[in-house]
Amino acid sequence: MTSPTTPARRAPSQPRGQRRRHPWYRPWLYLAPALVVYGGFLLFPLVRSAQFSLFAWDGLGASEFVGLAHYADLVADPDLRAAFGHALVLIGFFALVPLVLGLITAAVLRRGRVRGLSLFRTVVFVPQVIAMVVVAVAWRQIYAPDGPLNAVLDAVGLDALTRAWLGDYTWTLPAVGVVGTWVQTGLVTVLLLAGMSRVPNELYEAARLDGANAVREFFAITLPSVRGEVAVALTLTIVAALKTFDLVYVTTSGGPGNSTTVPAYEVFQRAFRTGEVGSAAAIAVTLTALVFAINLVVNRIGGREGHR
Amino acid sequence: MIVSRAERAMNYAVLTVAALAALAPIAIIVITSLQPGSGQSGLQLSNYTQAWVEGEFSHYLRTSMLVSGTVLAIALPCSVLAGYALGTIRFRGSSLLFGVFLLGIMVPAEAIVVPLFYDLRTLGLTNTLWAVALPQAAQSIAFGTYWMRTYFRTAPRSLIEAATLDGASERRVLWSILVPIGRPAIVTMTVLVFLWTWNEFLIPLVMSPNGSFRTAPLALALFQGQHVQATSLLAAAAVLVALPVVIVYLVLQRHVIAGMLEGSVRE
Repeated sequence: MTSPTTPARRAPSQPRGQRRRHPWYRPWLYLAPALVVYGGFLLFPLVRSAQFSLFAWDGLGASEFVGLAHYADLVADPDLRAAFGHALVLIGFFALVPLVLGLITAAVLRRGRVRGLSLFRTVVFVPQVIAMVVVAVAWRQIYAPDGPLNAVLDAVGLDALTRAWLGDYTWTLPAVGVVGTWVQTGLVTVLLLAGMSRVPNELYEAARLDGANAVREFFAITLPSVRGEVAVALTLTIVAALKTFDLVYVTTSGGPGNSTTVPAYEVFQRAFRTGEVGSAAAIAVTLTALVFAINLVVNRIGGREGHR
Repeated sequence: MIVSRAERAMNYAVLTVAALAALAPIAIIVITSLQPGSGQSGLQLSNYTQAWVEGEFSHYLRTSMLVSGTVLAIALPCSVLAGYALGTIRFRGSSLLFGVFLLGIMVPAEAIVVPLFYDLRTLGLTNTLWAVALPQAAQSIAFGTYWMRTYFRTAPRSLIEAATLDGASERRVLWSILVPIGRPAIVTMTVLVFLWTWNEFLIPLVMSPNGSFRTAPLALALFQGQHVQATSLLAAAAVLVALPVVIVYLVLQRHVIAGMLEGSVRE
Protein backbone atom coordinates (compact mmCIF):
# COMPACT_ATOMS: atom_id res chain seq x y z
CA MET A 1 0.00 0.00 0.00
CA THR A 2 2.26 2.71 -1.27
CA SER A 3 -0.45 4.78 -2.86
CA PRO A 4 -0.14 8.49 -2.14
CA THR A 5 -3.77 8.75 -1.06
CA THR A 6 -3.14 7.96 2.58
CA PRO A 7 -6.31 8.78 4.48
CA ALA A 8 -6.15 11.94 6.46
CA ARG A 9 -7.14 10.33 9.73
CA ARG A 10 -3.88 8.49 9.91
CA ALA A 11 -1.65 10.84 11.83
CA PRO A 12 1.73 11.44 10.18
CA SER A 13 3.61 10.49 13.34
CA GLN A 14 1.97 7.09 13.46
CA PRO A 15 4.17 4.32 12.06
CA ARG A 16 2.94 2.59 8.93
CA GLY A 17 0.84 -0.53 9.45
CA GLN A 18 -0.40 0.44 12.86
CA ARG A 19 -4.17 0.56 12.94
CA ARG A 20 -6.60 2.42 15.14
CA ARG A 21 -5.75 2.48 18.82
CA HIS A 22 -7.85 0.06 20.75
CA PRO A 23 -8.45 -0.21 24.46
CA TRP A 24 -6.43 -2.90 26.26
CA TYR A 25 -9.52 -4.95 27.04
CA ARG A 26 -10.50 -5.39 23.38
CA PRO A 27 -9.17 -8.97 22.97
CA TRP A 28 -10.77 -9.96 26.27
CA LEU A 29 -14.20 -8.95 25.00
CA TYR A 30 -13.82 -11.44 22.18
CA LEU A 31 -12.47 -14.10 24.50
CA ALA A 32 -14.99 -13.65 27.29
CA PRO A 33 -17.77 -16.03 26.10
CA ALA A 34 -15.31 -18.82 25.33
CA LEU A 35 -13.47 -18.32 28.60
CA VAL A 36 -16.67 -18.42 30.65
CA VAL A 37 -17.83 -21.76 29.21
CA TYR A 38 -14.36 -23.29 28.93
CA GLY A 39 -13.30 -22.10 32.36
CA GLY A 40 -16.53 -23.05 34.08
CA PHE A 41 -17.06 -26.47 32.52
CA LEU A 42 -13.55 -27.70 31.82
CA LEU A 43 -10.80 -25.90 33.72
CA PHE A 44 -12.71 -25.54 36.96
CA PRO A 45 -13.84 -29.19 37.13
CA LEU A 46 -10.28 -30.25 36.28
CA VAL A 47 -8.99 -28.37 39.32
CA ARG A 48 -11.88 -29.75 41.39
CA SER A 49 -10.88 -33.28 40.35
CA ALA A 50 -7.42 -32.70 41.80
CA GLN A 51 -9.03 -31.38 44.97
CA PHE A 52 -11.51 -34.31 45.21
CA SER A 53 -8.62 -36.76 44.88
CA LEU A 54 -7.22 -35.65 48.25
CA PHE A 55 -10.38 -36.52 50.17
CA ALA A 56 -12.19 -39.72 51.08
CA TRP A 57 -15.86 -39.18 50.23
CA ASP A 58 -18.78 -41.49 49.50
CA GLY A 59 -20.69 -38.88 47.51
CA LEU A 60 -23.22 -38.09 50.23
CA GLY A 61 -21.83 -37.76 53.76
CA ALA A 62 -18.91 -35.83 55.21
CA SER A 63 -15.54 -35.97 53.50
CA GLU A 64 -12.22 -36.59 55.16
CA PHE A 65 -8.84 -35.28 54.08
CA VAL A 66 -6.53 -38.19 53.27
CA GLY A 67 -3.69 -36.46 51.45
CA LEU A 68 -2.07 -38.56 48.75
CA ALA A 69 -3.42 -41.87 50.08
CA HIS A 70 -5.55 -42.44 46.95
CA TYR A 71 -2.47 -42.02 44.79
CA ALA A 72 -0.56 -44.51 46.93
CA ASP A 73 -3.47 -46.89 46.27
CA LEU A 74 -2.72 -46.76 42.55
CA VAL A 75 0.37 -48.80 43.31
CA ALA A 76 -0.87 -50.75 46.32
CA ASP A 77 -4.41 -51.71 45.28
CA PRO A 78 -4.24 -54.91 43.16
CA ASP A 79 -7.53 -54.03 41.40
CA LEU A 80 -6.13 -50.71 40.20
CA ARG A 81 -2.81 -52.21 39.26
CA ALA A 82 -4.73 -54.74 37.18
CA ALA A 83 -6.77 -51.97 35.51
CA PHE A 84 -3.64 -50.09 34.46
CA GLY A 85 -2.08 -53.37 33.35
CA HIS A 86 -5.11 -54.00 31.11
CA ALA A 87 -4.72 -50.49 29.69
CA LEU A 88 -1.15 -51.39 28.77
CA VAL A 89 -2.35 -54.48 26.90
CA LEU A 90 -4.95 -52.35 25.11
CA ILE A 91 -2.22 -49.91 24.04
CA GLY A 92 -0.59 -52.82 22.21
CA PHE A 93 -3.85 -53.52 20.36
CA PHE A 94 -4.90 -49.89 19.83
CA ALA A 95 -1.52 -48.40 18.94
CA LEU A 96 1.23 -50.88 18.07
CA VAL A 97 -0.69 -53.38 15.94
CA PRO A 98 -2.43 -50.61 13.90
CA LEU A 99 0.94 -48.89 13.44
CA VAL A 100 2.55 -52.03 12.00
CA LEU A 101 -0.49 -52.82 9.81
CA GLY A 102 -0.77 -49.19 8.72
CA LEU A 103 2.93 -48.92 7.84
CA ILE A 104 2.80 -52.07 5.73
CA THR A 105 -0.41 -51.09 3.94
CA ALA A 106 0.62 -47.50 3.29
CA ALA A 107 4.13 -48.44 2.15
CA VAL A 108 2.81 -51.05 -0.29
CA LEU A 109 0.24 -48.63 -1.69
CA ARG A 110 2.86 -45.88 -1.96
CA ARG A 111 5.18 -48.01 -4.07
CA GLY A 112 2.76 -48.56 -6.89
CA ARG A 113 0.32 -46.04 -8.24
CA VAL A 114 -2.96 -47.65 -7.32
CA ARG A 115 -6.36 -46.54 -8.54
CA GLY A 116 -9.22 -45.98 -6.15
CA LEU A 117 -7.07 -44.62 -3.35
CA SER A 118 -9.56 -41.96 -2.35
CA LEU A 119 -12.40 -44.47 -2.18
CA PHE A 120 -10.08 -46.66 -0.11
CA ARG A 121 -9.44 -43.77 2.28
CA THR A 122 -13.15 -43.15 2.68
CA VAL A 123 -13.81 -46.83 3.43
CA VAL A 124 -11.05 -47.51 5.94
CA PHE A 125 -11.83 -44.30 7.83
CA VAL A 126 -15.45 -45.29 8.51
CA PRO A 127 -14.74 -47.10 11.83
CA GLN A 128 -13.45 -43.77 13.19
CA VAL A 129 -16.74 -41.93 12.77
CA ILE A 130 -19.15 -44.54 14.07
CA ALA A 131 -20.08 -44.23 17.75
CA MET A 132 -18.08 -46.64 19.92
CA VAL A 133 -21.36 -47.95 21.35
CA VAL A 134 -22.48 -49.02 17.89
CA VAL A 135 -19.07 -50.60 17.29
CA ALA A 136 -19.30 -52.42 20.61
CA VAL A 137 -22.81 -53.72 19.90
CA ALA A 138 -21.66 -54.95 16.48
CA TRP A 139 -18.62 -56.76 17.85
CA ARG A 140 -20.60 -58.31 20.69
CA GLN A 141 -22.69 -60.02 18.06
CA ILE A 142 -19.62 -61.11 16.12
CA TYR A 143 -18.13 -62.60 19.30
CA ALA A 144 -21.39 -64.23 20.46
CA PRO A 145 -21.15 -68.00 21.15
CA ASP A 146 -23.38 -68.67 18.11
CA GLY A 147 -22.11 -65.63 16.24
CA PRO A 148 -20.30 -65.26 12.90
CA LEU A 149 -16.74 -65.62 14.26
CA ASN A 150 -17.39 -69.05 15.76
CA ALA A 151 -19.38 -70.02 12.67
CA VAL A 152 -16.39 -69.20 10.45
CA LEU A 153 -14.00 -71.11 12.72
CA ASP A 154 -16.36 -74.09 12.60
CA ALA A 155 -16.63 -73.94 8.85
CA VAL A 156 -12.87 -74.00 8.28
CA GLY A 157 -12.35 -76.88 10.68
CA LEU A 158 -10.92 -74.86 13.54
CA ASP A 159 -13.81 -75.70 15.84
CA ALA A 160 -11.30 -76.38 18.61
CA LEU A 161 -10.78 -72.61 18.77
CA THR A 162 -14.44 -71.65 19.15
CA ARG A 163 -15.33 -70.23 22.54
CA ALA A 164 -17.43 -67.61 24.29
CA TRP A 165 -15.05 -64.83 23.33
CA LEU A 166 -16.40 -62.32 25.82
CA GLY A 167 -16.82 -64.77 28.69
CA ASP A 168 -13.34 -66.20 28.90
CA TYR A 169 -10.70 -65.09 31.41
CA THR A 170 -7.81 -65.37 28.95
CA TRP A 171 -9.40 -64.28 25.68
CA THR A 172 -11.78 -61.46 26.56
CA LEU A 173 -9.15 -58.73 26.94
CA PRO A 174 -7.50 -59.55 23.58
CA ALA A 175 -10.97 -59.77 22.02
CA VAL A 176 -11.73 -56.24 23.24
CA GLY A 177 -8.31 -55.17 22.02
CA VAL A 178 -8.99 -56.45 18.50
CA VAL A 179 -12.00 -54.12 18.34
CA GLY A 180 -9.58 -51.28 19.07
CA THR A 181 -7.29 -52.51 16.31
CA TRP A 182 -10.23 -52.48 13.92
CA VAL A 183 -11.17 -48.91 14.88
CA GLN A 184 -7.67 -47.42 14.79
CA THR A 185 -5.98 -49.11 11.82
CA GLY A 186 -7.86 -47.02 9.25
CA LEU A 187 -6.93 -43.75 10.92
CA VAL A 188 -3.28 -44.72 11.15
CA THR A 189 -3.20 -45.90 7.53
CA VAL A 190 -4.77 -42.70 6.19
CA LEU A 191 -2.41 -40.59 8.27
CA LEU A 192 0.65 -42.50 7.00
CA LEU A 193 -0.58 -42.45 3.40
CA ALA A 194 -0.81 -38.67 3.59
CA GLY A 195 2.73 -38.48 4.97
CA MET A 196 4.18 -40.86 2.42
CA SER A 197 2.55 -39.07 -0.51
CA ARG A 198 4.71 -36.06 0.31
CA VAL A 199 7.93 -37.99 -0.27
CA PRO A 200 9.21 -36.96 -3.70
CA ASN A 201 9.22 -39.74 -6.31
CA GLU A 202 12.80 -38.88 -7.32
CA LEU A 203 13.99 -40.17 -3.96
CA TYR A 204 12.56 -43.61 -4.69
CA GLU A 205 13.81 -43.58 -8.27
CA ALA A 206 17.31 -42.74 -7.12
CA ALA A 207 17.18 -45.54 -4.56
CA ARG A 208 16.05 -48.01 -7.21
CA LEU A 209 18.85 -46.98 -9.54
CA ASP A 210 21.19 -47.76 -6.67
CA GLY A 211 19.65 -51.20 -6.54
CA ALA A 212 17.76 -50.85 -3.27
CA ASN A 213 15.06 -53.46 -2.74
CA ALA A 214 11.63 -52.77 -1.25
CA VAL A 215 12.69 -53.47 2.32
CA ARG A 216 15.75 -51.22 2.19
CA GLU A 217 13.73 -48.54 0.48
CA PHE A 218 11.21 -48.69 3.32
CA PHE A 219 13.79 -48.31 6.09
CA ALA A 220 16.02 -45.81 4.26
CA ILE A 221 13.39 -43.48 2.80
CA THR A 222 9.80 -44.17 3.74
CA LEU A 223 10.05 -44.69 7.49
CA PRO A 224 12.33 -41.70 8.25
CA SER A 225 10.15 -39.35 6.21
CA VAL A 226 6.97 -40.20 8.12
CA ARG A 227 8.45 -39.89 11.60
CA GLY A 228 6.10 -37.00 12.36
CA GLU A 229 3.04 -38.94 11.23
CA VAL A 230 4.12 -41.95 13.27
CA ALA A 231 4.35 -39.70 16.33
CA VAL A 232 0.88 -38.27 15.72
CA ALA A 233 -0.58 -41.73 15.09
CA LEU A 234 0.95 -43.11 18.28
CA THR A 235 -0.26 -40.16 20.34
CA LEU A 236 -3.83 -40.45 19.08
CA THR A 237 -4.06 -44.21 19.44
CA ILE A 238 -2.33 -44.51 22.83
CA VAL A 239 -4.58 -41.80 24.23
CA ALA A 240 -7.62 -43.57 22.75
CA ALA A 241 -6.52 -46.81 24.44
CA LEU A 242 -6.13 -45.06 27.80
CA LYS A 243 -9.55 -43.39 27.48
CA THR A 244 -11.38 -46.61 26.57
CA PHE A 245 -14.64 -46.59 28.47
CA ASP A 246 -17.74 -47.13 26.32
CA LEU A 247 -16.23 -50.17 24.60
CA VAL A 248 -15.63 -51.94 27.92
CA TYR A 249 -18.91 -50.71 29.40
CA VAL A 250 -20.94 -52.16 26.55
CA THR A 251 -19.02 -55.34 25.72
CA THR A 252 -17.92 -56.75 29.08
CA SER A 253 -18.64 -54.36 31.99
CA GLY A 254 -15.12 -55.18 33.11
CA GLY A 255 -15.78 -58.90 33.27
CA PRO A 256 -15.57 -61.77 33.48
CA GLY A 257 -14.43 -61.17 37.03
CA ASN A 258 -12.04 -58.23 36.86
CA SER A 259 -10.31 -59.39 33.72
CA THR A 260 -11.15 -56.41 31.50
CA THR A 261 -11.45 -53.45 33.87
CA VAL A 262 -9.60 -50.36 32.66
CA PRO A 263 -8.79 -47.09 34.47
CA ALA A 264 -11.59 -45.10 32.82
CA TYR A 265 -14.07 -47.81 33.79
CA GLU A 266 -12.78 -47.76 37.38
CA VAL A 267 -13.33 -43.97 37.46
CA PHE A 268 -16.98 -44.44 36.54
CA GLN A 269 -17.47 -47.45 38.80
CA ARG A 270 -15.92 -45.86 41.88
CA ALA A 271 -17.42 -42.38 41.43
CA PHE A 272 -20.98 -43.42 40.69
CA ARG A 273 -21.45 -47.03 41.80
CA THR A 274 -19.37 -47.90 44.83
CA GLY A 275 -19.10 -44.49 46.51
CA GLU A 276 -15.33 -44.05 46.34
CA VAL A 277 -15.38 -40.57 44.81
CA GLY A 278 -11.92 -39.51 45.97
CA SER A 279 -10.29 -42.62 44.60
CA ALA A 280 -12.12 -42.13 41.27
CA ALA A 281 -10.80 -38.57 41.06
CA ALA A 282 -7.25 -39.74 41.78
CA ILE A 283 -7.48 -42.27 38.92
CA ALA A 284 -8.88 -39.56 36.63
CA VAL A 285 -6.09 -37.13 37.50
CA THR A 286 -3.46 -39.84 36.94
CA LEU A 287 -5.03 -40.70 33.60
CA THR A 288 -4.91 -37.05 32.54
CA ALA A 289 -1.28 -36.73 33.63
CA LEU A 290 -0.47 -39.82 31.56
CA VAL A 291 -2.21 -38.35 28.51
CA PHE A 292 -0.23 -35.11 28.87
CA ALA A 293 3.03 -37.01 29.33
CA ILE A 294 2.42 -39.17 26.26
CA ASN A 295 1.66 -36.11 24.13
CA LEU A 296 4.86 -34.51 25.33
CA VAL A 297 7.16 -37.52 25.05
CA VAL A 298 5.93 -38.93 21.73
CA ASN A 299 5.95 -35.52 20.06
CA ARG A 300 9.43 -34.81 21.40
CA ILE A 301 10.73 -38.12 20.03
CA GLY A 302 8.82 -37.78 16.77
CA GLY A 303 10.25 -34.36 16.18
CA ARG A 304 8.55 -31.67 14.17
CA GLU A 305 10.34 -31.89 10.87
CA GLY A 306 7.71 -34.30 9.58
CA HIS A 307 5.12 -31.52 9.50
CA ARG A 308 5.10 -28.35 7.57
CA MET B 1 7.05 -45.08 -11.27
CA ILE B 2 7.37 -48.39 -13.07
CA VAL B 3 6.01 -51.29 -11.13
CA SER B 4 6.03 -54.94 -12.12
CA ARG B 5 2.79 -56.73 -12.86
CA ALA B 6 3.20 -59.03 -9.85
CA GLU B 7 3.69 -56.06 -7.58
CA ARG B 8 0.68 -54.32 -9.01
CA ALA B 9 -1.40 -57.41 -8.26
CA MET B 10 -0.09 -57.41 -4.72
CA ASN B 11 -0.98 -53.72 -4.33
CA TYR B 12 -4.57 -54.39 -5.26
CA ALA B 13 -4.64 -57.43 -2.98
CA VAL B 14 -3.52 -55.30 -0.02
CA LEU B 15 -6.00 -52.59 -0.94
CA THR B 16 -8.87 -55.06 -1.12
CA VAL B 17 -8.00 -56.95 2.06
CA ALA B 18 -7.69 -53.74 4.09
CA ALA B 19 -10.96 -52.35 2.74
CA LEU B 20 -12.79 -55.64 3.38
CA ALA B 21 -11.43 -55.82 6.92
CA ALA B 22 -12.84 -52.36 7.60
CA LEU B 23 -16.19 -53.13 6.00
CA ALA B 24 -16.84 -56.72 7.14
CA PRO B 25 -18.14 -55.98 10.67
CA ILE B 26 -20.38 -53.24 9.27
CA ALA B 27 -21.69 -55.56 6.55
CA ILE B 28 -22.40 -58.26 9.13
CA ILE B 29 -24.51 -55.88 11.20
CA VAL B 30 -26.42 -54.52 8.22
CA ILE B 31 -27.18 -58.05 6.97
CA THR B 32 -28.17 -59.19 10.46
CA SER B 33 -30.52 -56.23 10.79
CA LEU B 34 -32.37 -57.31 7.66
CA GLN B 35 -32.85 -60.91 8.77
CA PRO B 36 -36.44 -61.87 9.50
CA GLY B 37 -37.52 -63.58 12.70
CA SER B 38 -37.46 -67.37 13.07
CA GLY B 39 -39.56 -69.38 10.63
CA GLN B 40 -39.39 -66.78 7.86
CA SER B 41 -36.95 -66.28 5.04
CA GLY B 42 -35.72 -63.43 2.87
CA LEU B 43 -34.76 -59.94 3.91
CA GLN B 44 -37.06 -57.42 5.48
CA LEU B 45 -37.14 -54.01 7.11
CA SER B 46 -39.53 -54.89 9.92
CA ASN B 47 -36.71 -54.98 12.48
CA TYR B 48 -36.20 -51.28 11.89
CA THR B 49 -39.80 -50.35 12.51
CA GLN B 50 -39.89 -52.59 15.57
CA ALA B 51 -36.64 -51.16 16.99
CA TRP B 52 -37.81 -47.63 16.18
CA VAL B 53 -41.02 -48.15 18.15
CA GLU B 54 -39.84 -50.37 21.01
CA GLY B 55 -36.61 -48.49 21.63
CA GLU B 56 -38.36 -45.10 21.29
CA PHE B 57 -35.54 -44.09 19.00
CA SER B 58 -37.48 -41.22 17.47
CA HIS B 59 -37.42 -39.69 20.94
CA TYR B 60 -33.74 -40.37 21.62
CA LEU B 61 -32.58 -39.30 18.16
CA ARG B 62 -34.40 -36.03 18.76
CA THR B 63 -32.62 -35.65 22.11
CA SER B 64 -29.31 -36.25 20.34
CA MET B 65 -30.20 -33.58 17.78
CA LEU B 66 -31.12 -31.17 20.56
CA VAL B 67 -27.88 -31.79 22.47
CA SER B 68 -25.71 -31.56 19.34
CA GLY B 69 -27.54 -28.41 18.23
CA THR B 70 -27.07 -26.77 21.61
CA VAL B 71 -23.38 -27.65 21.76
CA LEU B 72 -22.89 -26.23 18.26
CA ALA B 73 -24.89 -23.09 19.02
CA ILE B 74 -22.63 -22.37 21.99
CA ALA B 75 -19.28 -23.63 20.75
CA LEU B 76 -19.24 -22.18 17.22
CA PRO B 77 -19.67 -18.47 18.02
CA CYS B 78 -17.43 -18.73 21.10
CA SER B 79 -14.69 -20.40 19.05
CA VAL B 80 -14.92 -17.91 16.18
CA LEU B 81 -14.65 -14.94 18.56
CA ALA B 82 -11.85 -16.43 20.66
CA GLY B 83 -9.98 -17.68 17.58
CA TYR B 84 -10.25 -14.20 16.06
CA ALA B 85 -8.75 -12.57 19.17
CA LEU B 86 -5.92 -15.09 19.44
CA GLY B 87 -5.25 -15.12 15.70
CA THR B 88 -5.28 -11.43 14.83
CA ILE B 89 -4.67 -9.33 17.96
CA ARG B 90 -1.30 -9.11 19.65
CA PHE B 91 -1.68 -8.71 23.37
CA ARG B 92 0.09 -9.67 26.55
CA GLY B 93 -0.69 -13.22 27.69
CA SER B 94 -2.05 -14.35 24.32
CA SER B 95 0.37 -17.24 23.89
CA LEU B 96 -0.16 -18.39 27.47
CA LEU B 97 -3.90 -18.30 26.90
CA PHE B 98 -3.51 -20.27 23.69
CA GLY B 99 -1.61 -22.91 25.66
CA VAL B 100 -4.47 -23.09 28.12
CA PHE B 101 -6.93 -23.81 25.28
CA LEU B 102 -4.57 -26.44 23.80
CA LEU B 103 -4.49 -28.13 27.19
CA GLY B 104 -8.24 -28.59 26.97
CA ILE B 105 -7.97 -30.61 23.74
CA MET B 106 -5.99 -33.21 25.65
CA VAL B 107 -8.12 -33.39 28.80
CA PRO B 108 -10.19 -36.61 28.73
CA ALA B 109 -13.86 -36.48 29.75
CA GLU B 110 -13.02 -38.79 32.67
CA ALA B 111 -10.96 -36.01 34.21
CA ILE B 112 -13.87 -33.59 34.59
CA VAL B 113 -16.98 -35.70 34.84
CA VAL B 114 -16.73 -36.62 38.54
CA PRO B 115 -16.76 -33.10 40.03
CA LEU B 116 -19.11 -31.89 37.28
CA PHE B 117 -21.72 -34.39 38.38
CA TYR B 118 -21.44 -33.71 42.11
CA ASP B 119 -21.17 -29.91 41.76
CA LEU B 120 -24.08 -29.63 39.33
CA ARG B 121 -26.13 -31.97 41.52
CA THR B 122 -25.58 -29.55 44.40
CA LEU B 123 -26.84 -26.75 42.14
CA GLY B 124 -29.83 -28.89 41.08
CA LEU B 125 -28.69 -28.83 37.45
CA THR B 126 -28.18 -32.53 36.73
CA ASN B 127 -30.80 -34.01 34.37
CA THR B 128 -30.97 -30.74 32.44
CA LEU B 129 -29.92 -29.98 28.88
CA TRP B 130 -27.20 -27.68 30.27
CA ALA B 131 -25.57 -30.41 32.33
CA VAL B 132 -25.24 -32.58 29.21
CA ALA B 133 -24.41 -29.85 26.68
CA LEU B 134 -22.18 -27.32 28.46
CA PRO B 135 -19.28 -29.66 29.34
CA GLN B 136 -19.21 -30.85 25.73
CA ALA B 137 -19.40 -27.25 24.53
CA ALA B 138 -16.37 -26.50 26.70
CA GLN B 139 -14.44 -29.40 25.13
CA SER B 140 -15.47 -28.24 21.67
CA ILE B 141 -14.40 -24.67 22.41
CA ALA B 142 -10.91 -25.89 23.26
CA PHE B 143 -10.63 -27.51 19.84
CA GLY B 144 -12.63 -24.81 18.01
CA THR B 145 -10.52 -21.95 19.35
CA TYR B 146 -7.34 -23.74 18.28
CA TRP B 147 -8.89 -24.47 14.88
CA MET B 148 -10.21 -20.95 14.23
CA ARG B 149 -7.01 -19.30 15.46
CA THR B 150 -5.13 -21.27 12.80
CA TYR B 151 -7.56 -19.96 10.18
CA PHE B 152 -7.47 -16.33 11.31
CA ARG B 153 -3.68 -16.33 11.38
CA THR B 154 -3.62 -17.26 7.70
CA ALA B 155 -6.47 -14.94 6.67
CA PRO B 156 -5.25 -12.31 4.18
CA ARG B 157 -4.13 -9.31 6.19
CA SER B 158 -4.29 -6.94 3.24
CA LEU B 159 -8.02 -7.63 2.94
CA ILE B 160 -8.59 -6.66 6.56
CA GLU B 161 -6.56 -3.50 6.13
CA ALA B 162 -8.31 -2.52 2.93
CA ALA B 163 -11.74 -2.97 4.51
CA THR B 164 -10.69 -1.05 7.60
CA LEU B 165 -9.41 1.82 5.45
CA ASP B 166 -12.75 1.83 3.68
CA GLY B 167 -14.30 2.55 7.02
CA ALA B 168 -15.67 -0.88 7.85
CA SER B 169 -16.02 -1.46 11.56
CA GLU B 170 -14.10 -4.32 13.12
CA ARG B 171 -17.33 -6.22 13.64
CA ARG B 172 -18.20 -5.89 9.97
CA VAL B 173 -14.74 -7.03 8.91
CA LEU B 174 -15.11 -10.13 11.07
CA TRP B 175 -18.66 -11.17 10.20
CA SER B 176 -18.98 -9.95 6.59
CA ILE B 177 -15.50 -10.70 5.32
CA LEU B 178 -13.48 -13.09 7.46
CA VAL B 179 -16.25 -15.50 8.43
CA PRO B 180 -17.62 -15.95 4.88
CA ILE B 181 -14.12 -16.53 3.48
CA GLY B 182 -13.40 -18.96 6.28
CA ARG B 183 -16.39 -21.14 5.48
CA PRO B 184 -14.34 -24.30 4.78
CA ALA B 185 -12.64 -24.04 8.19
CA ILE B 186 -15.99 -23.41 9.89
CA VAL B 187 -17.72 -26.28 8.08
CA THR B 188 -14.94 -28.66 9.16
CA MET B 189 -15.21 -27.52 12.76
CA THR B 190 -19.00 -27.88 12.66
CA VAL B 191 -18.85 -31.42 11.29
CA LEU B 192 -16.26 -32.56 13.81
CA VAL B 193 -18.08 -31.06 16.79
CA PHE B 194 -21.30 -32.67 15.57
CA LEU B 195 -19.64 -36.09 15.22
CA TRP B 196 -17.99 -35.93 18.62
CA THR B 197 -21.13 -34.76 20.38
CA TRP B 198 -23.35 -37.30 18.67
CA ASN B 199 -20.99 -40.14 19.59
CA GLU B 200 -20.19 -39.04 23.16
CA PHE B 201 -21.14 -41.58 25.80
CA LEU B 202 -19.68 -40.86 29.24
CA ILE B 203 -20.90 -37.28 29.72
CA PRO B 204 -24.60 -37.87 28.89
CA LEU B 205 -24.47 -41.14 30.84
CA VAL B 206 -23.28 -39.41 33.99
CA MET B 207 -24.93 -36.00 33.72
CA SER B 208 -28.46 -37.25 33.19
CA PRO B 209 -28.81 -40.20 35.57
CA ASN B 210 -32.62 -40.34 35.33
CA GLY B 211 -32.43 -40.51 31.54
CA SER B 212 -34.39 -37.34 30.77
CA PHE B 213 -31.62 -36.29 28.36
CA ARG B 214 -30.64 -39.73 27.14
CA THR B 215 -28.91 -39.50 23.77
CA ALA B 216 -29.17 -42.15 21.05
CA PRO B 217 -25.93 -44.05 21.87
CA LEU B 218 -27.04 -44.38 25.51
CA ALA B 219 -30.45 -45.56 24.38
CA LEU B 220 -28.71 -48.19 22.27
CA ALA B 221 -26.65 -49.43 25.23
CA LEU B 222 -29.86 -49.65 27.27
CA PHE B 223 -31.69 -51.36 24.43
CA GLN B 224 -28.95 -53.97 24.26
CA GLY B 225 -29.41 -54.74 27.94
CA GLN B 226 -33.12 -55.36 27.35
CA HIS B 227 -32.84 -57.36 24.11
CA VAL B 228 -29.71 -59.47 24.52
CA GLN B 229 -31.20 -62.33 22.52
CA ALA B 230 -32.95 -60.35 19.78
CA THR B 231 -29.91 -60.14 17.50
CA SER B 232 -31.64 -58.71 14.42
CA LEU B 233 -33.56 -56.12 16.39
CA LEU B 234 -30.41 -54.97 18.15
CA ALA B 235 -28.51 -54.76 14.86
CA ALA B 236 -31.28 -52.60 13.40
CA ALA B 237 -31.12 -50.28 16.40
CA ALA B 238 -27.33 -50.00 16.03
CA VAL B 239 -27.71 -49.03 12.37
CA LEU B 240 -30.33 -46.41 13.29
CA VAL B 241 -27.97 -44.76 15.77
CA ALA B 242 -25.00 -44.82 13.39
CA LEU B 243 -26.87 -43.69 10.30
CA PRO B 244 -27.03 -39.89 10.82
CA VAL B 245 -23.31 -39.70 11.46
CA VAL B 246 -22.45 -41.97 8.54
CA ILE B 247 -24.57 -39.85 6.20
CA VAL B 248 -22.87 -36.65 7.37
CA TYR B 249 -19.52 -38.37 6.96
CA LEU B 250 -20.25 -39.58 3.42
CA VAL B 251 -21.43 -36.13 2.32
CA LEU B 252 -18.62 -34.19 3.96
CA GLN B 253 -15.90 -36.82 4.14
CA ARG B 254 -13.17 -34.52 2.85
CA HIS B 255 -13.82 -32.20 5.77
CA VAL B 256 -13.97 -35.04 8.28
CA ILE B 257 -10.74 -36.74 7.23
CA ALA B 258 -8.78 -33.53 6.74
CA GLY B 259 -10.09 -32.11 10.01
CA MET B 260 -9.29 -35.19 12.05
CA LEU B 261 -5.80 -35.44 10.61
CA GLU B 262 -4.92 -31.74 10.76
CA GLY B 263 -6.67 -31.19 14.05
CA SER B 264 -4.48 -33.80 15.62
CA VAL B 265 -1.29 -32.21 14.34
CA ARG B 266 -0.59 -29.62 16.98
CA GLU B 267 1.92 -26.89 16.50
